[in-house]
Amino acid sequence: MRYIDPHIHMVSRTTDDYQVMALAGCVAVTEPAFWAGFDRSSPSGFADYFRQLTEFEPRRAAQFGIRHHTWLCINPKEAEDVGFAREVIGIIPAFLDRPTVLGIGEIGLNKNSRNEMVVLEEQIALAAKHELMILVHTPHLEDKLKGTRLIMDAIRRNGEVDPGRVLIDHVEEHTVGAVLERGYWAGMTLYPETKCTPQRAADIIEMYGAERLWVNSAGDWGCSDPLAVPRCVVEMRRRGHSEATIARICFENPRAFLGQSPRFTIDG
Amino acid sequence: MSAEPSNMRSSLPSAMTAGRVVDAYFIEHRGKLLDVAAFLDRVDRAAGEEGGEDFRVAALRRAVEILIDGGGDRTRRILELLSDTTTEPVAAAGAKGASGAVPPTLSEARS
Repeated sequence: MRYIDPHIHMVSRTTDDYQVMALAGCVAVTEPAFWAGFDRSSPSGFADYFRQLTEFEPRRAAQFGIRHHTWLCINPKEAEDVGFAREVIGIIPAFLDRPTVLGIGEIGLNKNSRNEMVVLEEQIALAAKHELMILVHTPHLEDKLKGTRLIMDAIRRNGEVDPGRVLIDHVEEHTVGAVLERGYWAGMTLYPETKCTPQRAADIIEMYGAERLWVNSAGDWGCSDPLAVPRCVVEMRRRGHSEATIARICFENPRAFLGQSPRFTIDG
Repeated sequence: MSAEPSNMRSSLPSAMTAGRVVDAYFIEHRGKLLDVAAFLDRVDRAAGEEGGEDFRVAALRRAVEILIDGGGDRTRRILELLSDTTTEPVAAAGAKGASGAVPPTLSEARS
């Protein structure tokens, strides 16, 4: 079955990972800008990162027939220094016309601080100004519930962003209902220990249905699994879900959301 | 924040019967339960520190109570128990990481 991994940090993965993902049926990935595990020392470090995302990774993915698209931003873990963040936000527009850029992401909150909120609001405004889609990172563990609520309130306050063009990622059982209820798309991240397992993702699909839901690996430099999406496919098959339902979660839904950008292409 | 009632019905049900669910998952989750027990035993065996039980272990014990209270939506309720339920942004981010349970400073703020 062909699938899309709509959130994976391939800059942190090996070329072997592209190969095994292709063998497992992956035809497209999208890669949000994120934290490298350390804070960059200058905005030019982000400029180099954005070049990597928009120039090198699409070529590396193409070797295996995988389409690579990206999202640009300064991530919330490096957003506490508002002055620094504004310098990074200032260089983003220069990259927005590149052919594989889908929108702004993964923006959001990490520790739900006031400064993180300021940087979040300014990047929501950036997306609105350029009529771009948004991919949202929600905080981890004890901070997720509050952070998800604060993020959705910030998007609503902006007033110019259609919730149907926003994907709120890393939802779990205590946040998915409100995300879907407000009209957003919801991403379930299959990540060991700190997010969802394939089993819990299948549970959530059974409880909430398949509309506006997707699964992703968020594979990065930590303990993570670039084959997490196919593992969810296996779990859903184990439970007797139809191939149509599985395809909707793992291919049709991400294609529908991402396809709101004319730059998102799979074939041709 | 969650708006789901505890008696929420499945909208896209699995084809598995309850018996098949148990057949498929019991051994895996028996093992996970033993991991929790072994973790609590390990904490007990380790040298104690002044100031009482670690807030994360205390939260885990409260979460275990949810497992056996007979109610549904256990996963959501445990996640909510382990969540910061204050509503205002904090003054500064501090450390980047999360601890998995609500630290005492935030617990005081929400009480």
